[in-house]
Amino acid sequence: MRDGPNTHVGSMMDVAVSPVLALRKFGCEQSLLSRPDGSSSFVQGDTSVLAGVYGPAEVKISKEIYDRATLEVMIQPKVGLSGVRERAQEHCVRQTCEAALLSTLHPRSSLSLILQIIHDDGSLLSCCLNAACMALMDAGLPMSCLFCGVTCAIEQDGHIVTDPTSQQEKESRALMTFAIDSAERRVMMSSTRGSFSVNELQQCVALSQRASEEIFQFYRDSVRRRYSKTL
Amino acid sequence: MAPGFKTAEPLEYHRSFLKENCRPDGRELGEFRTTTLNIGSISTANGSALVKIGNTTVICGIKGELTCPPSDAPNKGYIVPNVDLPPLCSSRFRPGPPSEQAQVASQFIADVIDSSNVIQKEDLCIEKGKLSWVLYCDIICLDYDGNLLDTCVVALLAALKNARLPEVTINKETDLAEVNTDKLHHLNVSKHPVSSSFSIFDNTIVIVDPTVEEETLSTAMMTVVTDEDDRLCMLHKPGGSALSGEKLQDCISRAVTRHREVSKLIEKVMDSFEPDK
Repeated sequence: MRDGPNTHVGSMMDVAVSPVLALRKFGCEQSLLSRPDGSSSFVQGDTSVLAGVYGPAEVKISKEIYDRATLEVMIQPKVGLSGVRERAQEHCVRQTCEAALLSTLHPRSSLSLILQIIHDDGSLLSCCLNAACMALMDAGLPMSCLFCGVTCAIEQDGHIVTDPTSQQEKESRALMTFAIDSAERRVMMSSTRGSFSVNELQQCVALSQRASEEIFQFYRDSVRRRYSKTL
Repeated sequence: MAPGFKTAEPLEYHRSFLKENCRPDGRELGEFRTTTLNIGSISTANGSALVKIGNTTVICGIKGELTCPPSDAPNKGYIVPNVDLPPLCSSRFRPGPPSEQAQVASQFIADVIDSSNVIQKEDLCIEKGKLSWVLYCDIICLDYDGNLLDTCVVALLAALKNARLPEVTINKETDLAEVNTDKLHHLNVSKHPVSSSFSIFDNTIVIVDPTVEEETLSTAMMTVVTDEDDRLCMLHKPGGSALSGEKLQDCISRAVTRHREVSKLIEKVMDSFEPDK
């Protein structure tokens, strides 16, 4: 990402390729939008998602919860209106964020997370999760742990690919997206398509946990670079 | 237990039972509620099934209609599921557009149909590029007492096995479809997916088949769908507290056992069913 006159710091990392674990080039920019309290843009290869967070703000009485903040997630697709598929993805992202956020610190408030899909070239849900986490960090919302999204595709020959492209996803026989937490590297969220054996599931979970190490290191480097410039 | 305690401190009330490894309704942590199944009750539908898991009641009706196949897959038909949660089933659902929960459930059922290949879409094609079946699977909840997804999957599977479609031929001269309602064929159900839902309490305790009170108090929910080859069709865990590898393995083993229980039930009911001509 280019360093503009407003010093929007982004960082690129070419992740080391090991025999089985191969992630595409990552890119991230934070605080790129002026209106939201927190915003981020996360790029994985060609897949790009823009996230904006507003909150803690006033909440509608019908939606308020007496002891915690009300989190709303909206996923806007690149083309058309959001439908049933986006509703299911929003449900996954919202439950993951609620488990990570310390929402009891902001009772009777609303947190709005808006995810705009800029381009979809595979691993969309994990890119949304990564963008969401970076935006929540940028907004300064208190969280008990960070989370990252990893997608694994099982090809027809049984070979497992992490961070697949659109083409690889179409040709795969199974696709799994996991959200891994930073505290204990356990699976917070799982969304799968296609059928697979228990063995394949365990291999994918182990691979995703290894990939999450790289992604969390990327988060750390990205935030360190940003704050080292302003200090 | 004083009924006041249950209303005032529901979480403590449930915790006191879980400490003794049981639940307020007397079940073990790994025990499902009684499952009952009734098929063929809707005479105007091509197939139907009514399922009760405890108090949760779901009815599924299958209607087949004729349409043109999709342009990007001219040899396939359509299966369109829809889950409806009307205000009848619970006071939490208000009249109006489908709630988020109904949409999530509809997407879940659509994903289960795709992932498990319960019906090969190629079987629904009558004439490539010209005519195919579209199966509308309407799943309506009549009583919501937790564990909606499991009940919907059993209802869908039983209704698909019960469904009979008339034979359709295309008249070579007029190029019109001719439906012969005297000749009815069963659908070819190639796989039998069965789902098991779990809810996680206080980030550690896993219970099977939660009731609606247990669902609202849980910190996470998970649904595992298995088929008869012990392969997983779906691992649906929409966020919430994290799960360790061993607990995940326990849940999958319980799901496999549940698959056998439900398959036996469906087989028994299908064998005893006598269609009236």
